[in-house]
Amino acid sequence: MDAQNILRLRNVVKDFGTFRALHGIELDIKEGEFFTIVGPSGSGKSTLIRLLVGMEELSEGEIWLRDKRIDQTPANQRPTCMVFQSLALFPHMTVGQNIEFPLKLRKEAPAARRKRALELLDLLRLPQNYYDKRISQCSGGERQRVALARALAFDPEILFFDEPLSALDYRLRKTLEKELKDLHARTGKTFVYITHSLEEAMVMSDRIAIMKEGRFEQIAVADVIYGSPVSRFVAEFMGEVNLFEVTGTPRGAPEGPGLESRLDGKAAGAGLMLAHGEAGTIMVRPEYVRFLPAGQSTDFMVRGTLVGQYALGSRIQYEVETAEGQVLTVEKLREDRFAGAEGAAVVLGFEAEHAHMIRGA
Amino acid sequence: MERLDNRLGFFSAVPLGLILLLSFLAPLVVVALFSIMPQKVFSLANMPDFSAYSVFFAQGYYRSLLWALGMAFAASLVLFVLCWPLAYGMAKVFGRFSLVLTIAVVMSLFVSENIRLFGWVLTLMKGGLFEGYIRAWTGTGFESPLYNTGIIIFGLVYVYFPFMLFPLAQGISMVPDDTRQAAADLGATRWQILRHVDLPLAAPGIVVGTLLTFVLGAGALAESKILGGQAVIVIADDIETAFTFGQNWPLGSALSMILILIIGGLALFGVNRVDLDAIMGRKR
Repeated sequence: MDAQNILRLRNVVKDFGTFRALHGIELDIKEGEFFTIVGPSGSGKSTLIRLLVGMEELSEGEIWLRDKRIDQTPANQRPTCMVFQSLALFPHMTVGQNIEFPLKLRKEAPAARRKRALELLDLLRLPQNYYDKRISQCSGGERQRVALARALAFDPEILFFDEPLSALDYRLRKTLEKELKDLHARTGKTFVYITHSLEEAMVMSDRIAIMKEGRFEQIAVADVIYGSPVSRFVAEFMGEVNLFEVTGTPRGAPEGPGLESRLDGKAAGAGLMLAHGEAGTIMVRPEYVRFLPAGQSTDFMVRGTLVGQYALGSRIQYEVETAEGQVLTVEKLREDRFAGAEGAAVVLGFEAEHAHMIRGA
Repeated sequence: MERLDNRLGFFSAVPLGLILLLSFLAPLVVVALFSIMPQKVFSLANMPDFSAYSVFFAQGYYRSLLWALGMAFAASLVLFVLCWPLAYGMAKVFGRFSLVLTIAVVMSLFVSENIRLFGWVLTLMKGGLFEGYIRAWTGTGFESPLYNTGIIIFGLVYVYFPFMLFPLAQGISMVPDDTRQAAADLGATRWQILRHVDLPLAAPGIVVGTLLTFVLGAGALAESKILGGQAVIVIADDIETAFTFGQNWPLGSALSMILILIIGGLALFGVNRVDLDAIMGRKR
């Protein structure tokens, strides 16, 4: 029982007929945290959030909000609120009526409702004259803000988000991601956010949970998930990655096909040691891989042929094929671009401190 | 090219359009003209004197109009309350079973209204299917429920059931599930969801269904004649009598005009208030 935890899930299981969507979820969310659950479609993240807001009943387990058990409480009696993927605004009401809806249900006086709605328009940087606008007159981003204002008018203990930005175009999404983070800071509320986009998760979240097939693979801050994933799934889900399958030598150093290592005893310091014969995967992100000029060496080296290069805006991405047929990815900032032509033989290198060992086969 | 297509389309629609316009408008115009003729004439070549309209008030025809409107209103109300849960089920719950239900309801339309109403008479009359069996088995009979206003309203509800059910189901299917869920999430009870989300968003279907049943019910004749045994006289009955036994075409026309104006006004009022394109599935 940690007093700081606003939401606690204990062994939450959800079955749909014979299909088990959630396998005994355990989760603690801290007061005031921006917590994001990321997973591919079908990972159970939507089911989980529907359980949390009360739209779905759990099959086993408990959900605790502070010191109250809420898993049997119907949605309309839970002090939580969700921003829907579709936003689910009421099309027959004005912006103001939408925002005031939860207040109207509580029978607040019209003047007080209006005052609160105008405050919320302000908080979400919508002009005051939007109060009388129809929902159909609002753009996608404005609707997003109205949906947020309506959820905040409810004054929930926890605000849930079910991929609310996924339908918007890239630029608007980027703007709203930052606004959401800013709003989180200003309101001090606990936000629980669901998305399939790791970028969205990285930009906004305090902590990220990676979900796969109804289980959490890893729960950690963004840097840890990005730099030290616990599994290949997490590593590959969190952006471009280069993976090398290795086994431990009798001396405990990792060794794999095509991977030359000159560790000189640094493996222990970098946490890369394996037991003799133990299988593992060495991971390195594309931005830590360098093209080595002749005569230079690094802790790990790979030989290959440059097969492609793509401009990603501020960065250039290179693809290098090794003799074993593995395609590796290298990313360089535009100013550090590599001069080699396609088809050129290259040597790639990276240092032990930038590598991460994923244990297990 | 597209403009030529449009124009050709327009021209090829003209003949049928004219026939339709003529066949809809001509009787209306004739009725309107007859309604202002002096009583009991059979020609339009008379001085208009509006006497038929004064008869409407003087001889108490307004009572049959009020009966017709009142019973149509009651039937629409009963139909609305009755059909809402079923329409809701068809739109949101039953899934493929809705199709079975639709076919079953539509099948009833294959049999003539009069025959179905006579079926009810045979079932409900004293010594009929219902009372007859009960009396044979238990030895005690009871009065027939036929021949009063209640049974007329029942008849209207029975006959116009599909006209409320299908528009209502269509209207309810237009209410997005997530707005209902969002309302619940924001703290709304079932009744509050019904009031603030379902009813306003299903309004086009409600208006269409209510208008159809009310308009058809107000002009209905068979229910009051067959089931009601003319316990009350409705306006359609008066109109028929004026044209046939009464041999008073101007009176019949005046009564028709009054009914047409009232119903037309209501229909225009109702249709203007809802987005009919939405229910016809057309994007604006």
